Amino acid sequence: MSSSGDDALLRVEGLRTWFPIKQGLLQRTTGHVQAVTDVDFEIAPGSTLALVGESGCGKTTAGRSILGLTPAQAGRVFFEGVDLMRLDAKALRPYRRQIQIIFQDPMASLNPRMRVRDSVAEGMRSFGIGADEADRTLRVAALFEKVQLDPEHIWRYPHEFSGGQRQRICIARALAVEPRLIVCDEAVSALDVSIQAQILNLLGDLQKEFGIAYLFITHDLGVVRYLADRVAVMYLGRIVETGSTEAIFADPRHPYTRALLAAAPSVDPDRRGGAPPLLGDVPSPSDPPPGCPFHPRCPSVLDRCKSEGPPEVSGEGGQVRCFLALPGGEPPAGN
Amino acid sequence: MSALLEVEGLTTTFPGRDGPLPIVDGNDLRVERGEVLALVGESGCGKSMTALSLMRLVPKPGKIVAGRVMLGGRNLLELPVKEMRAVRGRRVAMIFQEPMTSLNPVIRVGDQVVEAIRLHESVSRSQARARCLELFGEVGIPDPEARLDAYPHQLSGGLKQRVMIAMALSARPDLLIADEPTTALDVTIQAQIVRLLQDLQRRTGMSILLITHDLGIVNELSDRVAVMYAGRIIEVGTRPEIFRAAAHPYTQGLLRSNPVLATRGERLPEIAGVVPSPESWSEACRFATRCSRRFEPCLGEVPTATFVGDGHWAACHALAGESSEGGEP
Repeated sequence: MSSSGDDALLRVEGLRTWFPIKQGLLQRTTGHVQAVTDVDFEIAPGSTLALVGESGCGKTTAGRSILGLTPAQAGRVFFEGVDLMRLDAKALRPYRRQIQIIFQDPMASLNPRMRVRDSVAEGMRSFGIGADEADRTLRVAALFEKVQLDPEHIWRYPHEFSGGQRQRICIARALAVEPRLIVCDEAVSALDVSIQAQILNLLGDLQKEFGIAYLFITHDLGVVRYLADRVAVMYLGRIVETGSTEAIFADPRHPYTRALLAAAPSVDPDRRGGAPPLLGDVPSPSDPPPGCPFHPRCPSVLDRCKSEGPPEVSGEGGQVRCFLALPGGEPPAGN
Repeated sequence: MSALLEVEGLTTTFPGRDGPLPIVDGNDLRVERGEVLALVGESGCGKSMTALSLMRLVPKPGKIVAGRVMLGGRNLLELPVKEMRAVRGRRVAMIFQEPMTSLNPVIRVGDQVVEAIRLHESVSRSQARARCLELFGEVGIPDPEARLDAYPHQLSGGLKQRVMIAMALSARPDLLIADEPTTALDVTIQAQIVRLLQDLQRRTGMSILLITHDLGIVNELSDRVAVMYAGRIIEVGTRPEIFRAAAHPYTQGLLRSNPVLATRGERLPEIAGVVPSPESWSEACRFATRCSRRFEPCLGEVPTATFVGDGHWAACHALAGESSEGGEP
């Protein structure tokens, strides 16, 4: 076992998850969907990292690869210094308990024929938590109170709950095995604003009480600004910028981060119609452009961006992959 | 400004266990010429059903049971089917959240737009094709000539929505009903479509009825805002009035619970509870069970509109108590 010797709860290095494209009679591999390429990030215990990007940028695949739900081709995933990618199934088991996941659609992630008590207790049984079934029932009831659901409803079926309540059940199920990290994959995106606020408050309360860290995968910058300690921005499978939430929002350095922030609609009645929107669409991850993946849409593109991969430039508490961030790089246009 | 569309007492019901449920419950709505009116609310509040009612496209077993929808001096609810068909598309066009479900997957997009054009105008195929090319250019489809022959699946979500907008504009409608037009799109593409709708509205002078749950889109695009809750429109005002001085406790809660406006580390102000299901809608104020300003009358009677500013009213008992003059919208 190797150790990274640092105090990060989770540290991801060089994560690469590519899906082969097989074609023809012989199903030869003719290319790859490059979902996640050379992704690095880390999460401190009890903190929240937001992985932000638009659909198809690889943020969900990155989250799934960390859990081993989608196998990665390369990279290392250190959890408390232990490289999970090198563990066999048996050695990995205790870590599966430490990292839980909540998905966007709670209806799809709860078995409709199972009473919610059994869905929540399943993980406990699997990891030997609780003395017996009666004890686990008490624990489920306690978890229901923790997520502000009526403990008398534990014997109901998922369809008897509203969308927001179902997401609370999924949170209770994740909490049941006392994890250190919860991956929240668009966990509040499908909820109405008033319900979303309730769930965000709940997640905040649980973090304070249990010191749980979150990897918050989302496209919603409003949620990110409110909730994350650090932000990693993904574009076409790569992380283009990382930094503290304050720094990313106050002083975004990558042209894509700037465009993403400018594109978010404003709710300030005195301010609307910001910068001109980014042109074009995200290129296909099966045929990413050479050089910087963002160069075809970049408003400040340089000649070298079209052929050379951009360098990773470290700044105060963050990194950015862009030629413009090099000392002496030109300031991006439009400022 | 003068009203293009005037809706009065529009009521659409769906059968429920104990009789018909008023999913759209006696709503009044006015869309001025050349304005963008946003109809805002959370899922299930009846905003989409309101739009479908205006078009007389309520899915079965729903039924429009009362009200008037006046467009150009005619009540659309009383038009013969054939005349109503002419209104749809020609005078009032509609775009939806999911362009993929509104486009035929096995017909080239150019042919679909050409068909839409020829449905409303007696022009030749080649004239219609030329018009389609022009429309594709207007809605900012790059390389329009090549896209004419594309199938829907070959286009990105943003391009498909542009095709839908081109089709909607083909008959130069007076009113465009846009039902969550950007909800399924990514942030950067959403910004493109918002900008496009804004440009087209200014260029053509058409009115837009924007239906959305997203307050950001409302702020970016609308002139006036109507807020809907549990089947009823509960507040109407100009965009700056609503965002600066919302009067209804629900609208206030909706704005405050938006994380964009919140301070990090502080709890988000929640609206307690959940949206009531139509089966449990009361005859009194439907927000009362979740409202922090609830008092006696809220559980007893339907609140009437109270004017709180120029063209700004809210239906709330607490406001009626504060102001001396009540009034009808």
